Amino acid sequence: MDRVDIYPTHEYQGYHFRPGKPFPFGATSVSGGVNFSVYSSHASRCTLVLFEKGEPQPKVEIPFPDAFRIGNVWSMIVFDLDYENTEYGYRFEGPWAPEDGQRFDSSKILLDPYARAIGGRDVWGVKPDWNNAYQHRGRLVYDDFDWDEDHPLETPMEDLVIYEMHVRSFTRHPSSGVKFPGTFAGIRQKIAYLKELGVNCVEMMPIFEFDEFENGRVHPDTGEQLYNYWGYSTLGFFAPKSGYAATGKLGMQVDELKALVKELHRNGIEVFLDVVFNHTAEGNEQGPYISFKGIDNKTYYMLTPEGYYFNFSGTGNTLNCNNPVVRSMVLDCLRYWASEYHIDGFRFDLASILGRDPWGAPLPNPPLLESLAYDPVLAKCKLIAEAWDAGGLYQVGSFPAYGRWAEWNGKYRDAVRKFLKGEAGLAGEMVQRLEGSPDMYAARGPTASINFITAHDGFTLNDLVSYDDKHNEANGEGNRDGANDNDSWNCAWEGPTEDPGINALRRRQMKNAFAVLLTSQGVPMILMGDEVAHTQFGNNNTYCHDNEVSWMDWGQVSSNSDLLRFVTNLIGFRHAHPVLRNRWHLTGRDQANCGYPDISWHGILAWHPDLTGSARTLAFMLSGANARGGAVHDDFVYVAMNSHWDSHWFELPQLPSGLQWRVAANTGAPAPEDAFSTGDEPVLSDQGGVLVGDRSVIVLVGK
Amino acid sequence: MKVDVTKLQEIQVVTIVGEIDGSTAPQAQEQILGLVEPGAKIVLDMTGVTYMSSAGLRMLLVAYRTVTSKSGRVVLVGLSDELKDTMSVTGFLDFFTCRDTLEAGIAELA
Repeated sequence: MDRVDIYPTHEYQGYHFRPGKPFPFGATSVSGGVNFSVYSSHASRCTLVLFEKGEPQPKVEIPFPDAFRIGNVWSMIVFDLDYENTEYGYRFEGPWAPEDGQRFDSSKILLDPYARAIGGRDVWGVKPDWNNAYQHRGRLVYDDFDWDEDHPLETPMEDLVIYEMHVRSFTRHPSSGVKFPGTFAGIRQKIAYLKELGVNCVEMMPIFEFDEFENGRVHPDTGEQLYNYWGYSTLGFFAPKSGYAATGKLGMQVDELKALVKELHRNGIEVFLDVVFNHTAEGNEQGPYISFKGIDNKTYYMLTPEGYYFNFSGTGNTLNCNNPVVRSMVLDCLRYWASEYHIDGFRFDLASILGRDPWGAPLPNPPLLESLAYDPVLAKCKLIAEAWDAGGLYQVGSFPAYGRWAEWNGKYRDAVRKFLKGEAGLAGEMVQRLEGSPDMYAARGPTASINFITAHDGFTLNDLVSYDDKHNEANGEGNRDGANDNDSWNCAWEGPTEDPGINALRRRQMKNAFAVLLTSQGVPMILMGDEVAHTQFGNNNTYCHDNEVSWMDWGQVSSNSDLLRFVTNLIGFRHAHPVLRNRWHLTGRDQANCGYPDISWHGILAWHPDLTGSARTLAFMLSGANARGGAVHDDFVYVAMNSHWDSHWFELPQLPSGLQWRVAANTGAPAPEDAFSTGDEPVLSDQGGVLVGDRSVIVLVGK
Repeated sequence: MKVDVTKLQEIQVVTIVGEIDGSTAPQAQEQILGLVEPGAKIVLDMTGVTYMSSAGLRMLLVAYRTVTSKSGRVVLVGLSDELKDTMSVTGFLDFFTCRDTLEAGIAELA
């Protein structure tokens, strides 16, 4: 039997329609038509504007009859639309009173905040027609992807090795050899590489639709086109970036991304999205009308009492995340990505903003963060906060967690960088960082700590050991942009050199960094390309570069194969040893009654760590019998770190009889003696001690 | 778009010529689904298909799901490189057995 609501009740200029359903928001396929639903707290009238795909002028503008509004929601079902060739937007009428935060302008055609696909930037880098009055255009999407048996992997947090990547940079370089460089499809062709490396989670930098031409400018000296390359500037929170899809020109970006997620899952790799809810692409009062500003400015943005935009994000505006309406949009968005795209986790850019009230003050119990933590759809998703914002709120260690939220541990990054470059007096702090920062996350456990030494923001690992100072001239901002405090050390020469001694030291320092990162408690995150020594030529803020500065050079897979091999072996070592991946903090006690504490600290002398102000040496031992509170059995692991410029003899703690120390990694040894795969570790010749070379790390396994 | 059906012993050969998009996919779907009976063996000859939109891909998958739910089999033959690429990166190709030629497709089902 047919439903009675599949028949039109109204007609306007040849278009047939009827009252719609307020839920769900956005444009949704229904029998015979499309249900359009949109809301505004302050508008007085709303008009649906329909376009033939790509046409500058609308084909029809259907005003919502008054009876089609329920509360603040306008909804309408329009029949017989060509699903693939229709674009839509809205006009809103309402007060113009900027001093009161109201900026309605019915001359603007506005993008649906819930648009699930957005046209207008279909192919990356194709210059837009700026005369077109409607730049970013809502499109209709079939949400009917065939997932077969796939569902989010739910890999335990403690078992993750995260790989932070930029979708385009990963395969855009001609050396990638993929059929569709710089796309979701390109990543799919490189899954074997990721799998062999051993990472089991990719965290994609923003993939919500953005405009690479936003703030588009040319370099003042070179004339090179500069882009909004990273995409931390969202146009619509429900739409994947078309220009990242090989099929974006066909409007199939939704299917292409879902197919990628499905294939990554099939290979045991989770997918995290870097999401940017702290601001939008609309800038401040001088910025363009795209969507929110013209639909309900006062609701979506944090405004000063005079109606100007608060700027806690450093980008002109701040999304009003703890307004209940905005909060529910954020929740709808994440539920959509978790359920429709099977996304495994989210990393929230400048997440501290999400904890501010509508006037900017930090909330003790932020309702948005709480809602996300307790949401049933998101219940198994990983939630990771960048626990600071551009307004000066720094919450690393104190971000409201509700037992769910992990954090990018900026203190881990800073401490490990300083220790590795040889600063004295870091040993005491390193104890905390290597244990998963129990000083910061006492009740939350080590999995609250996303450990990283490098991320997209800042130097790559190669550049961290090759430059003392940032070199951002190519950004066209006079080298004023980007962080000044990098805790980097160039190993005695700024930039590339032919000096074999310096190059060997740099290589060792990179291996030291990986060895420390991959033997720390907590969740390691690796920056794309660091495993093959990708360089940004000293640029520590490459947000605008669609070129070799950003693109991963796949030629380095062979030219830096020793580093890649080292990293692969260390990741394999981490996966092989649950004692490195504890869910709860180590105690220093022997819960398994094996005669050794779960973790013990050592130095040049066994059982006697030097935590004084001059120390540059440190070692720890994990007893496998105590792995995961004694729940699983593992080998002993011993890690000795020497960031001093002289070699040191480290006395080794004695193993139970019958067990021997074997070498899993030694950054001081030339490849291939620098790392061994699990099962191939050679027995250490002297079981009583080991010489750790200058600025070197040794990893031993006792079995 | 034009759809022709011929029968070679127990195999239905469906030859599609032209563009499959939102306006033509329903017709193709209707004709293909009309052939579905338990254990049906269907070859879809795509040699003459010059363009397939998202609706076209969905039509193919609906056909696949319908046929396989009745223990039948579908083979695609003659996909152009471009169509194959599109189907591959959007995940649709994963469902199908594909052969280059009609003969090979028939051999697959024989």
